[in-house]
Amino acid sequence: MEKRNVYLDYSATTPVKDEVLEKMIPYFTQNFGNPSSLYTIGQESKQAIAEAREQVAALIGAEPREIFFTSSGTEADNWAVIEGAESRLKRGNHVISSKIEHHALLHSLEYLEKRGYSVTRLDVDGDGFVSPDALESAITDRTTLISVMYANNEIGTIQPIAEIAGIAKRHGILFHTDAVQALGNLRIDVRALGVDMLSVSAHKIYGPKGIGALYVRKGVLLPSHMHGGAQENKKRAGTENLAGIVGFGKAAELAMRDLDAHVERVGALRDYFVGRVREAIPDVRINGSLERRLPGNANITFEYIEGEALLLLLDLDGISVSTGSACSSASLTPSHVLTALGVPVEMIHGSLRFTIGDFTAKEDIDYTVESLVKNVEKLRSISSVSREKGWHANGDVQ
Amino acid sequence: MQMAMYNDKVIAHFTNPHNVGELLDPDGEGTYGSPVCGDMMKISIRVENEVIVDAKFKTFGCGSAIASSSVATDMIIGKSIDEALEITNQDVLDELGGLPPIKTHCSVLADHAIRSAIYDYAKRSGRYYAGLEGFDPNADEDDQDHGCDMEEK
Repeated sequence: MEKRNVYLDYSATTPVKDEVLEKMIPYFTQNFGNPSSLYTIGQESKQAIAEAREQVAALIGAEPREIFFTSSGTEADNWAVIEGAESRLKRGNHVISSKIEHHALLHSLEYLEKRGYSVTRLDVDGDGFVSPDALESAITDRTTLISVMYANNEIGTIQPIAEIAGIAKRHGILFHTDAVQALGNLRIDVRALGVDMLSVSAHKIYGPKGIGALYVRKGVLLPSHMHGGAQENKKRAGTENLAGIVGFGKAAELAMRDLDAHVERVGALRDYFVGRVREAIPDVRINGSLERRLPGNANITFEYIEGEALLLLLDLDGISVSTGSACSSASLTPSHVLTALGVPVEMIHGSLRFTIGDFTAKEDIDYTVESLVKNVEKLRSISSVSREKGWHANGDVQ
Repeated sequence: MQMAMYNDKVIAHFTNPHNVGELLDPDGEGTYGSPVCGDMMKISIRVENEVIVDAKFKTFGCGSAIASSSVATDMIIGKSIDEALEITNQDVLDELGGLPPIKTHCSVLADHAIRSAIYDYAKRSGRYYAGLEGFDPNADEDDQDHGCDMEEK
């Protein structure tokens, strides 16, 4: 097979689209004015930010004044959860979230715990969904904040956010969702969802890295977490990432325009990929429900082999993917998401995440399947475990 | 540049490992690690006149675990049992030209699996080796640097 470069890690990040980059470039060199400055080029920058704010707001059905630009989705999550909880400390110190959140959320929750908060992390079922009933049962009279991610970064499952937000509202509890993965993949309408706060990021929708945003519904109290100038309606100080914001705006405009076509095309490629893998390779399992899932996501365990080894062999063939294996993580711990799903640990080690995007071609999928067939077979021929022998080389547990 | 975290020798042994397989009627065999921990190596040896004349391995594990297994089996073939027992994790690491720090636990696997196979050989043949003194093939000294604390055994 002729070598290709195939990028299948769109959930990690996306390339910046040409139209986005073209729109950004002048804001580094000519239109570089500080948006806080009163002279013309400053005011032009201010105007560019206002336009981008409208574009991002439109993508999620918000009003522009409800959008606050941040440095990242992570910053938006930290801000929402930490300040959201801290500013309601008089009413209570209990926060509810789930076990499959992004580390931006999980580590913010740990931070709150160190400061004396109590945190409930809800289980998910074997398909990767939070139960709204279990969530409602976890509410106490001390609960002030609920945060459940919209779509999961590893398995792509989409949570029943409108239902969960409704529960939070009935109990008068602040509700936040991390929609970083959902953005551009689902038609998001913050009004219909009924969420109070929602985090997004540009680099998952073909925009630049280093720029995110937090939606804060008007009327919701959220104190500033960055102190300084009067930027972002005095809510988030710091000279704006002008080119980044402009790029985010353009990416949002394109995502809004192309959403249906994107979902249909990427979803069809994903289904084709999963079908071909199942057909061509024995002993594979799909992790997480294939219903209510992001269109481009496939998370697959290849039994009897380890994921980092497979990732490296795919890399040698020019294919970029990620794995839930402990061996690939700095902490040497297996994916917390697959663990929460109840996937056996040995099968987490053999899991790969493939995320398909706008620049993926059918030929890329065919090439990837071909490479997978070859490399899975190779690693299985080296492996000390197999279908015949089971998961223990001698049939005995060490 | 690809697989930048590994040197060329590691990549060569990972992509074309030596001595893969299982010996028929081996004189000794040993297994170390577990799939739950992310890697498990099985090794079988043939011994003639106290010299390891052949060795084969099968490994479930990451790239560096497979490369360590390949290099370790290369290292013991042609060595006497006593010489093979002197091989340390550091020797395997040095032979590989080093691994990223987070991956060094993978070479521990090979060292322990070799000892387990020799232990099995000693048991079968009724021989005694000073180098096996205090060795317990079932000990899991590997746990602490393995990210395996959540393991259910």
